[in-house]
Amino acid sequence: MLLHALAHARSGDKGNVSDITVIAYEARDFPLLRGLVTAERVQRHLAAFLEGGEAGEGEVRRYELPHLGALKFVLEGALDGGVTRSLSLDTHGKCLGSLLLGMDIGDDHEPESESAPELNPEPPEPPEPPDSPQWSGTRTSHGTRR
Amino acid sequence: MVTLQASASERGALRIGSGAGFADDRIEPAVQLVESGDIQYLVFECLAERSVALAELERRRDPARGYNPWLADRMTAVLPECARRGIRVITNMGAANPRAAGALVAELARARGLRGLSVAVVTGDDVLDRILERPDLPLLEREGTVGSLGDRVVSAHAYLGCEGITHALSQGADVVITGRVADPSLYIAPLVHEFGWDTSDWDLIAKGACAGHLMECGAQVMGGYFADPGHKDVPGLADLGFPIAEVHPDGTFTISKLPGSGGLVTPATCTEQLLYEVHDPSAYPSADVVADFSEVRLDESGHDTVLVRGARGRRRPDDLKVSVGYRDGFTGEGQISYAGPNALPRARLALDVLRARIEKQGIASGAARYELIGVDAVSRGIGPGTGSACDLRPGLGTAGPDRLNEVRVRVAARTDTEDGARRIAHEVSAMWLNGPAGGGGVVTSVTERIAIASVFLPRSDVTPSVTFAEV
Repeated sequence: MLLHALAHARSGDKGNVSDITVIAYEARDFPLLRGLVTAERVQRHLAAFLEGGEAGEGEVRRYELPHLGALKFVLEGALDGGVTRSLSLDTHGKCLGSLLLGMDIGDDHEPESESAPELNPEPPEPPEPPDSPQWSGTRTSHGTRR
Repeated sequence: MVTLQASASERGALRIGSGAGFADDRIEPAVQLVESGDIQYLVFECLAERSVALAELERRRDPARGYNPWLADRMTAVLPECARRGIRVITNMGAANPRAAGALVAELARARGLRGLSVAVVTGDDVLDRILERPDLPLLEREGTVGSLGDRVVSAHAYLGCEGITHALSQGADVVITGRVADPSLYIAPLVHEFGWDTSDWDLIAKGACAGHLMECGAQVMGGYFADPGHKDVPGLADLGFPIAEVHPDGTFTISKLPGSGGLVTPATCTEQLLYEVHDPSAYPSADVVADFSEVRLDESGHDTVLVRGARGRRRPDDLKVSVGYRDGFTGEGQISYAGPNALPRARLALDVLRARIEKQGIASGAARYELIGVDAVSRGIGPGTGSACDLRPGLGTAGPDRLNEVRVRVAARTDTEDGARRIAHEVSAMWLNGPAGGGGVVTSVTERIAIASVFLPRSDVTPSVTFAEV
């Protein structure tokens, strides 16, 4: 099964950094995606874009937004210098999200229901201190380049 | 001026339409919003990261130019009806020359008898002189300083916040033309002006930034750049419209579309746009606020209507981001296609020949790409159909590269000089008579590269100012 069967994606660019949002079509699939589509696997799948750069490039960070069924990946140094310098045909890396949806996530997945978040549940009361964000998604950082 | 549409205070909400999401966006959807969208503001966001540097080069060639090339077309299409209905227009189409853009809009207004229309111009984003005085300023996200770019620097523009635009609106501007302004600020400004928001109420400003972020890419929030047939179908893509934000004084808002226009507004379309080009969702900085989108809720509140709540904010950054444009050599490029039996081996032979000829002459000063469009140009060989493991899985990839019926050779190389780039392109042209059999459809280009580096400049070094063009 390809990731494309369960999720949609959009890519963006800022300088030499690509960002890819992967969004589950169904809320019940989000825990599965969270387990399967790790920063490491994204880094491996898109290695052709991430390898061979300078120090600090090739790093992939993941942010989780369970209430939106979304995973955000930030890929440092993935754009061959960025839209203004890249020799690539796709200077913005707009195709990267679609390529990520080509990731093989295997077959035989049982729908995980027990911890599936409801998409867009009622928002909680706005937390008070704006200086300490309440959002607790893990920030997975991989400084090592393969 | 007679106002035909209800004001924000009369209806308890402000309706803002997106007139454009990028420099070359379609024009007709903006006209539809003006005529049927019941909007009070129309915002055209038309400046990508590099656009202003390219516009600056154009301004140097012709001091009367350097603004968005569609400015006259867009204003001609919407201005008379906006004036009649009292819809105010905000745009960054001034690019590198907001004053000339303002003068042009004033001239267009005069020619259409729109006397009394107030056209404001916001300047102060051009900080080239200040940047050049500070060669020690470090570049962001890379090695080096402004000084290390030497005499190649051509432009420096700060991302202004909303204050210049709100000042212009408070002075009665019907049209506000800016150069570089942080994209969400184009939408925050009318909210601050109409609702009297305190610009240091960070949660409130973040809600405005959230609305601006969802709206700033035009159709992208309502089915543009979204369709994937059989997976994500978009009705009426050919007649895709642009979105409307209806914002309440407490910062909650809906995104919706004109009934009858193509596209769709759903939590899925809004999720793609909400997180687009956001890195850490809990800290999205722009000139007016550091927004936290991590707890934003998107709820379908009606047909093609999504209610957006939950953005929060923290104090705006002390420094403003500045994009520094600099000359970065040239690129020479050429493409040629091969088709029919054995197309792929002929294309690979063409690449080998091109690489040998270019390397022998030593004309590529830096990086070069030798690739096959249809095989590995944008995919770099990732995925089925390119000889990867996926091809062995039934049903995933049945068109292996050896069976390709057509393929396109592409060579692109960086050079120090324009002449070098010409010679790269020339080598591809030469494949007409000097390459494998059956090559066709040669296209070549020579491009000067204008690259962008970013620096921070203290906010106190940047002073927005507002002038009015005579109508």
